[in-house]
Amino acid sequence: MALDDSKKPREFKIVGTRPDRPDGIDKVTGRARFGADMVAPGMLTGRILRSPHAHARIKRIDTSKAESLPGVKAVVTRVDFGAVPDHVADIMDNCMAGEKALYDGHAIAAVAAISPAVARHALKLIEVDYEVLPHVTDVDEAMKPGAPVLHEGRQEETVPKGMSGNVIARAEFGHGDIEAGLKQADRVVERTYRTAATHQGYIEPHACLATMGADGQGDLWVCTQGHYMVRNTCAAILGLEQGQLRVTASEIGGGFGGKTTVFLEPVALMLAKKSGRPVKMVMSRSEVLRATGPTSSTSIDVKIGMTKEGRITAGFAELRYQGGAWPGSPVNMGAMSGFAPYDLENVKTVGWDVVTNRPKAAAYRAPGAPMAAFAIESAIDELAKGFGLDPLAVRLMNGADEGTKSSYGPTYPAIGLKATLEAARKHPHWTAPLGKNQGRGVACGFWFNFGGDTCVSLNITPDGTVTVSEGNPDIGGSRASMTMMAAEELGIPYDQVRTIIADTGSLGQNEVTDGSRVTFAVGLATIEAARAAKREMCRRAAMIWDIDEDAVEWEDGAARPAGPNAGKFPPMTIKEIAAVASNTGGPIAGHHEVTAEGAGVSFATHMVDVEVDPETGATKILRYTVFQDAGKAVHPSYVEGQFQGGAVQGIGWALNEEYIYGEDGILQNAGFLDYRIPVASDLPMIDTVILEIPNPGHPYGVRGVGETSIVPPLAAIANAVSAAAGVRMTQLPMSPPRVLAAIQADG
Amino acid sequence: MVKVLLWGSLADLADGAREVEVEADTLRALLDGLARDHPGLRPELARGVSVSIDGRIYNDSWFTPIGPESEVVLLKRLQGG
Amino acid sequence: MSRIHVTTKINGDETEFLCEAEATLLDVLRDELGLTGTKEGCGTGDCGACSVTVDGRLVCSCLMLGAEAEGREITTIEGMATGETLHPLQKKFIEMAALQCGICTPGILVAAKSLLERNPDPSEEEVRYWLAGNLCRCTGYDKIIRAVLDTAADMRRAS
Repeated sequence: MALDDSKKPREFKIVGTRPDRPDGIDKVTGRARFGADMVAPGMLTGRILRSPHAHARIKRIDTSKAESLPGVKAVVTRVDFGAVPDHVADIMDNCMAGEKALYDGHAIAAVAAISPAVARHALKLIEVDYEVLPHVTDVDEAMKPGAPVLHEGRQEETVPKGMSGNVIARAEFGHGDIEAGLKQADRVVERTYRTAATHQGYIEPHACLATMGADGQGDLWVCTQGHYMVRNTCAAILGLEQGQLRVTASEIGGGFGGKTTVFLEPVALMLAKKSGRPVKMVMSRSEVLRATGPTSSTSIDVKIGMTKEGRITAGFAELRYQGGAWPGSPVNMGAMSGFAPYDLENVKTVGWDVVTNRPKAAAYRAPGAPMAAFAIESAIDELAKGFGLDPLAVRLMNGADEGTKSSYGPTYPAIGLKATLEAARKHPHWTAPLGKNQGRGVACGFWFNFGGDTCVSLNITPDGTVTVSEGNPDIGGSRASMTMMAAEELGIPYDQVRTIIADTGSLGQNEVTDGSRVTFAVGLATIEAARAAKREMCRRAAMIWDIDEDAVEWEDGAARPAGPNAGKFPPMTIKEIAAVASNTGGPIAGHHEVTAEGAGVSFATHMVDVEVDPETGATKILRYTVFQDAGKAVHPSYVEGQFQGGAVQGIGWALNEEYIYGEDGILQNAGFLDYRIPVASDLPMIDTVILEIPNPGHPYGVRGVGETSIVPPLAAIANAVSAAAGVRMTQLPMSPPRVLAAIQADG
Repeated sequence: MVKVLLWGSLADLADGAREVEVEADTLRALLDGLARDHPGLRPELARGVSVSIDGRIYNDSWFTPIGPESEVVLLKRLQGG
Repeated sequence: MSRIHVTTKINGDETEFLCEAEATLLDVLRDELGLTGTKEGCGTGDCGACSVTVDGRLVCSCLMLGAEAEGREITTIEGMATGETLHPLQKKFIEMAALQCGICTPGILVAAKSLLERNPDPSEEEVRYWLAGNLCRCTGYDKIIRAVLDTAADMRRAS
């Protein structure tokens, strides 16, 4: 068949509209089944005993009393797992401590019992003999020689000799000559910025339900961003064959990167294996905060030079990120992304990956980027304001464009940064008047976006309706976008397609729902699967008409003769072709398997007005506008939702949220009362402006949008608060006491 | 020959060269060539890298073609949330 | 372990159950009665995902004992639609994309319905303060607030 892939701008019929999401009714009626909503006959309750110490050697664990408690069916410690392959060794260590407990809340042992009450009782009967060790939770403290060291022998060859063993890696990026650039500047700002660790704060705690037979076959129901990842990781840890472990993704109650690894799942499988019964495990909120992955706390030095006209002559940043108790903080992505919005002759960043006695950092929406953007965009703002320049004009003057050599190396193709800045400058928000104690801030942000392994299977039913099976949990409306793209490509109505999230037994490997990849990569695979089905349907029509299959084309949900020479036949609709599929060769399907590459980078500009109460230091967000490039917005409502949600998570990070550790290394605010995420009454409406600069790497031009929206808000709000309070804020969160202290120190 | 741009500190491990040349027409040949010609890069290559080819980022696809004039940049392995 | 016998009314149905003295209403709804539409996000009354009404009053079911349901009338998310007819709030939340992951949605709908029963014409600020006890991490609340205000306007026009 002839498929038109010409470059002319495409007219869409369904993409770009706002239909109801297919899982809507399930989600507004309580029918949707999330991680903790599943039950199984004979199910046990699993619970985890957690370390009360930040750093301790585990000298002895005695589980005998717990094991003999009536109703206890299995007790698991690290010994049960034995040796695991290297690539999952740190994950194993995090799921269940080995020789040492490395943070407050680290899992030490687990039980499965006939009721939650018995399980709780059993935990109290487990005796653990700890040798408490000195600990360190602050990134700068952990880097000092003489700091308590978590691991021996983990330092990379990239770290200069003589540094603390907690310093795991060093990497340097950039180009040009910083010193030469700084000499051309009329002014140089040099500051240190700090950000606190924050948690993704998904409302649904981690939960799973495991069964595991002596035959090596297992089943797992789990809330996760990637059930294929869960399968592969658990199989490696438990020594199972991947094909024998079937993982089904529940509905997922938020993830934001925090559900891209495993915490409970291998333990639940081991408890199920030992007890011979299904085991359900659900974390409490305090367990989520103490023992799953927050993001890094950071300490960042920035030095930027600018001419009085506003041209940046050199940009330097040294970033120190603690990633919790194991290597792998997202510092490199911070170091690579921080200056990415700008076209700079001289730019250099240095990233340090540091371990501390905190839970292992997990990915959090654009991992590593918001903190770097906070530091760099704050310094740019300070320079612009110091010269009395318009901060948007300064960003436009220095902004990256097609052909710019980026701060992390590659030359940009067509990108949307300047479009977001121009849109911001033209928006009424930019010129709206401000009152007393009010300030306005702007900032830019960048994110890479990802693709990765993806499988989609699209089946035509006998009545000509369509089912799409994909392997990525729907975390924010992706069933709707897949359904729309399939319907668009096939030329049939939206309600003729249903998309399901298939279990790991039904499709090949799928990368986790992360990196803003799903609408891009799964969308691409869905479109290609639909094209394969169209080709097959054209072939069937060609057979029926007895003409050459190249003489058939697909348009508006039907096969048609491609031209006047092909013959005169009335179009055959998808329903007509499907009805006779058994007579023309069998069921019709299309599928596509790909490692999607070529996800387009994404940029945003945020603008925010705040009012700071000079008496209390409290900040109120008055107005907020997001300008972001979406490539092509498939379902604009959910694109807006991503922009709004990212901005508000950023507001929490900027103003309230922080992990507070005591001198004892114990997390002091492991609950939603004291770890305060934004609530409805904290906020105004979040306005959005969607820019559409098509991504050439996607058939419809789609770019990921999920992550970029959390990159600019920290800096935008800091710039606004600094303007309102009349003093430069360099530490997050800008909680009332901190802002008040800054105002008072400034006199 | 393809020119490959290394990130700053990676250059230290390739005898200080920010740009190295490798005989390669695919991503796999590129990674193999780098490991062969620049043993100092092997630990970083083993930890995993991403590669930008003409402004598009690739993580895994061995047989991605690389032209002699392609802009090739080695990047730290990228990860999303 | 002696369990407590409780007689109550849930979503209009006479219901009896046995519960441990320390079991919360949330535990009973989810684990004994299979009404898993009510969610647990924190267990400490801070997130509102477990919102239900008890004799018409909005409560966090994680902060109330199951035994306290004796003689009361409980309404959960499962009681919000009538057969296949959704409540106007439920319809509007789908139409206006006022949910992303959907875990907070049952609690927010129960709370919003409770608001509109008391105040059919709330201001934006009143909606924001009424829902301040219901955490949503995905949406930034914008579309939720708009959906509640829009539903209120529709319901006023219809009545």
